[in-house]
Formats: sequence, C-alpha cells, structure tokens
Amino acid sequence: MATKKKSDARPGDAALHRELLRSMLLQRRFEEKTAEAYALGKIGGFCHLYIGQEAVSTGTLSMLRPDDYVITTYRDHGQALARGMSPRALMAELFGRIDGCSRGKGGSMHLFDRNLNFLGGHGIVGSHVPVAAGVGFAIKYRGGDQVIICYMGDSVVNIGAFHEALNMAALWKLPCLFVVENNGYGMGTSVERAAAISDLSRRGAAYEGMDAVTVDGMDVFEVREATRAAVERARKHSTPTLMEIRTYRFMGHSMSDAVHSTYRTKAELDEYIKRDPIEQLKHRMLEAGELDAAAWDALDTTIRAEVQDAWDFADNSPEPPLEALYEDVLVDTVS
Amino acid sequence: MPIITYREALNAALREEMSRDDRVFIMGEEVAVYNGAYKVSKGLLEEFGEMRVVDTPIAELGFAGIGVGAAMVGLRPIIEFMTWNFALLAIDQVVNSAAKMLYMSGGQYNIPIVFRGPNGAALQLGAQHSQAFESWLAHIPGIKVVTPGTPYDAKGLLKSAVRDDNPVVILEGEMLYNTKGEVPDEEYLIPLGVAELKREGGDATIVTSGKMALVAMQAADKLAAEGIKIDVVDLRTIRPMDVEAIARSVQKTNRAVVLEEGWELCGIGAQVVDFIQRECFDDLDAPVVRVHQADVPMPYAKNLEKHAKPDVAKTIAAINKVLYRETV
Repeated sequence: MATKKKSDARPGDAALHRELLRSMLLQRRFEEKTAEAYALGKIGGFCHLYIGQEAVSTGTLSMLRPDDYVITTYRDHGQALARGMSPRALMAELFGRIDGCSRGKGGSMHLFDRNLNFLGGHGIVGSHVPVAAGVGFAIKYRGGDQVIICYMGDSVVNIGAFHEALNMAALWKLPCLFVVENNGYGMGTSVERAAAISDLSRRGAAYEGMDAVTVDGMDVFEVREATRAAVERARKHSTPTLMEIRTYRFMGHSMSDAVHSTYRTKAELDEYIKRDPIEQLKHRMLEAGELDAAAWDALDTTIRAEVQDAWDFADNSPEPPLEALYEDVLVDTVS
Repeated sequence: MPIITYREALNAALREEMSRDDRVFIMGEEVAVYNGAYKVSKGLLEEFGEMRVVDTPIAELGFAGIGVGAAMVGLRPIIEFMTWNFALLAIDQVVNSAAKMLYMSGGQYNIPIVFRGPNGAALQLGAQHSQAFESWLAHIPGIKVVTPGTPYDAKGLLKSAVRDDNPVVILEGEMLYNTKGEVPDEEYLIPLGVAELKREGGDATIVTSGKMALVAMQAADKLAAEGIKIDVVDLRTIRPMDVEAIARSVQKTNRAVVLEEGWELCGIGAQVVDFIQRECFDDLDAPVVRVHQADVPMPYAKNLEKHAKPDVAKTIAAINKVLYRETV
C-alpha cells in the first residue's frame, strides 16, 4: 500500500482538485438520478451503480491521455463519465434512445464511445480481460506508447480468462493496467468466500515482469499516484501492472439488490460511507482553503442541472427506428 | 494449372494476405516455431517474424480474446485453433465478444478477425476430437461461417475472409489438408456467401459443404456410372447461406438430399430442409432426405466410427430413396 498522504495536494493544485471533485460528483449525481429513472421504469434491464467507487474511475482516468484506451465491465457508468462521455449520450443510452452512446443498442452494460477510445462495458465476467491484452498487443505491434486500462471486479481474479490474459500480458510485455476494483463482493459473495487469497494483488506474483500494487480506492490521490507509476512503466517499458484498488459500493450489486442485504450489514456499509471518497476530497479542499461552502453549493447546483439536462435530453430523444433492428449486425465493407 | 494441396492453398492465402497488408498477423498454438500443428503456417515465421507469427501458450480463451482486442483497434488477426474442439474453450470470445461488438456498440466497433482451424472428424480420434461445429457457429448472428471443401475454395475463401471487415469463422477439414486440386498462380478471391454448383445433373440435388462436398462428389461419380445424374450444390459458406443456389437446383431436379458432417438435431440440414419446404414445396417429387452423423459421441473403434459417419454409401442410399429407386 502506498503510504504518502495528500501526495499531490500542493498549493496551486486547486484547479486540479476542483476538476477531480467535479468528475466524482458528476458520477454521484448522475447515478442518483439513474436510480430514480430506473424506479420510474425509464431504464430497463440490468443496471449496476458505481456509487462509492468514484475515486477509482476519476483517479485512474485523470492520469491517462486521450489516445490511451479504456475497457471495463457492466458497472461502467462511472468510468464513462470520468473518461469524458457526455451525460446526455449516457442517459439516452440508459433510456434506450437513438442518441445514446451506443445508439440505444447497448444499454447500461454496453457503453461505447469510439471518440474517447472507450472500448465498452462488457457483460461476461472476465471476458474483456483478454480483449484488453489484445489492445495492448496492438499498441506494441504498432510501436506506440499508449496504454490500455482494464477495469474489473474482484470476482474476476478467480476466472480463467484473468489468468490467461495476465500470463500473456506479462510474457509478451504488453502495456496494460489491470485494475481490480475490489469492492468486497462479487454480487453477494464476499472476496473471502470466493478467492483462496486475501490480498488480491498477490496474484500478480504469478507473472514475472508484472508489477502489482494495492491501493486505497477511497482516496483519489492514492489512486492517482499508483496510476501514475503504472502508466509510466507501461509507456517506458511496455510492462503490465496489476492494481488492486480497494473500494466499496454503497448501493446493491444491481438495482434488484437491496443496499444492504443478506450478505453484508448496515454497520459495515455505514463504516465505508464514513470514508466516502467525495466527502474526503471535499473536506481536504475545505481545510486547504481550496473550496468554501458557497463554491461547493455552486458546483453541486451546476452538476445537478447538468444531470437534469441529460435526463430531459434522453426523455426527448426518439426511440431507435425499427429498421435499426437489422443494422450493425455486419458491416458491408472489406479492406 | 498447378496442382497443390488444401494445406498449401491455405498457406499461400496466408502468405499473400500478410504480404499485402501489414496489419494481418497469425496467432495460435504452434503456428510459428513448429510451423503449425498441421503445417498450414509453414515458413511464415521466417518470412514475417515473431511479431506477426505468434506462438501462444495453450490458452484458447486468452488468445482468442487477444485477437478480438487487437481487431477492435485496427489490426486484422487470424486466430488459428489447433482444432475447433479446443475452440470450445474460446467460444465466449467468438460468440459474446466478436459477434456482438458491432451491434452492442451501435455500429462503432467492427471486428475484422478470422478464426480458423480443422473441424469435424478425422480417423479414430475419439469423442472429444471429432466434432463438427457448423450448426453451433452458424446459429450466431454477427459472424460469417465458411466451409471450404477444395484447395481452390480454401485459398479464395480464406483471402476473402481476411479482407472482410467482419468476424469470419473458417471450418477446415483435417482430412482435407492433404487433398489436392487445381489452384491458379494468379491472385483470385471467392466471395463469401456464394455457393457453387460443383457438378451438374438433372435427377436429384445434393446440398452440402466442406469436407462432405468431397463425399458428395464421390457419390455422384458412382451414381453416374449407373446413369443417375446429380447436382452437387456446395454451399461453401454456411452463414450467410446462398439459398438461391439451393432453390435453383431443387426447382430443376425436384429431389434433394442434404449431406452434412454434424449431428441431426438442429443441424445445417434442418435449416436447408426448412428453406426447401417453404420455397420449393410445389417443386418436390419426394420428401427431402438428410444424411448426417449418428446421434452419438464419436466412438474410437474403427468399425463403430465408420458406422457413425456420413459417407458415400449412405449418401447413395439417400439419393435412391428420393428417387424411389429400388436397389438390390
């Protein structure tokens, strides 16, 4: 675990800190609105909220370049927003509308944005990890210095695809950041009940040439510092890193799962809520004089308006035309 | 015209396409140093180097996914499975990743990838190494499924598959690799989704593909000696299926046999028969008969294996049935 505190909280970083706060708060307010829309039946299907984990998406993605690549799981709203996806396109996708980022064909679990090199939310646990290694392979093949960041839940470390991908990424020195967002539970099964190892980053020891770190995922600065180091290794030496980022989801596994259910207690949840990454950053900024109550209120008001605008936009966006049903199955081109 | 093997035809297609387009690479078990488990990639490592001819660990799911990821960002991978039996470990990447990416991204990410390798039974390889997966794969929208039966088709179809901007599955035949045929030196392509009337005759139609095209031709030869003239429609591509070619032949002959390597239930033949009964109902002079593998896992014993496989004799018996032909 990294030990530095407030590692990049230097004077003059107020603008950066405000941007980090804005990014995380946008995710939080967006998903609160998402839950509301889901309850009203405006969003269907499976819908997995990211609330509580925002320091992971913002901390990691704030260290990447626009030409880097991002791939993730079905819990993908947070990373999409942190990567810069328009809240309008995201909400329209959740509403199943033509202006959605995937033209209404993906839904909550399959957010894509080619302009952001956002390679999708993927719905099969572990399946996208080899795909990420393939993007790393392509980067190396072309001699580029980009990186691919691949998010996954803690349950992924127990599935074969994870091992196959990490083995080849280390063997072939691919510029991949494998980010395990350890929120303690794979759906309702705790890490202790699923993995025969307690420090998930120790799985990295199985692959020579792969760095492995454990990071406090409730502290956006810790996440940034660990990401900075991993990105540097990937760019300079084309080596992969396994990052176990310890976090917690404040909501249920999906919209059908109660906030605290049979598998975890309210007391446990409350303990983590005390470490809310947004509150932590906010208080740090208040203490440092980088933020005051009025500025916080203004930021919150602006973001709430932006999210409401996304809702209104999605609500007014047309459903896909029926002929879209048969589009995008295959392309007609050859190269 | 030069006569070469099916294996050499595939090798020539790989070499030509890798020379033409430096985004094309081949990856799989034993494709490089070993020269390919079936020598299809022979000499490619020497010619194109280890970045483009990539040996993998035995990790089908992993390297199939690596292919999908590389294709997503602009490369054109050819993923070789040592056999399609092993590709079951990677089927998630074929079905859930490659076949779905374009659709679920709303048209943003096409996957120009080829998954290829031998399919179906060889000789006494037992239950786990002898399966034909045409119908499994053809069931999935978002991929094309190609089944070349001759060296000429193998080269022309593989070259088209590499150039196609979609995921293409190629089901080769282990028993076909040594078969020979005419393949021109000059470049040619065979469009995907176009069947070929491999033999023309007016009495009955055999609809088939892949390795079974060879069986159909042998059956037709024997029947010709008895004065029975057969249309052999080699589908060459299972998805998309050239149904017009089926209709053209059946509307002429009024009798059809569907010959496939795989099992009966929900097989390719079921789909072909469905098409024929809808589009050629008034043309039929007999019910369509299917020839396929026995509905059992493939046995090892030589006699049982032979008994399980579709073959020339079973195909001839089926033709006799649709012709209401008495045989002794």
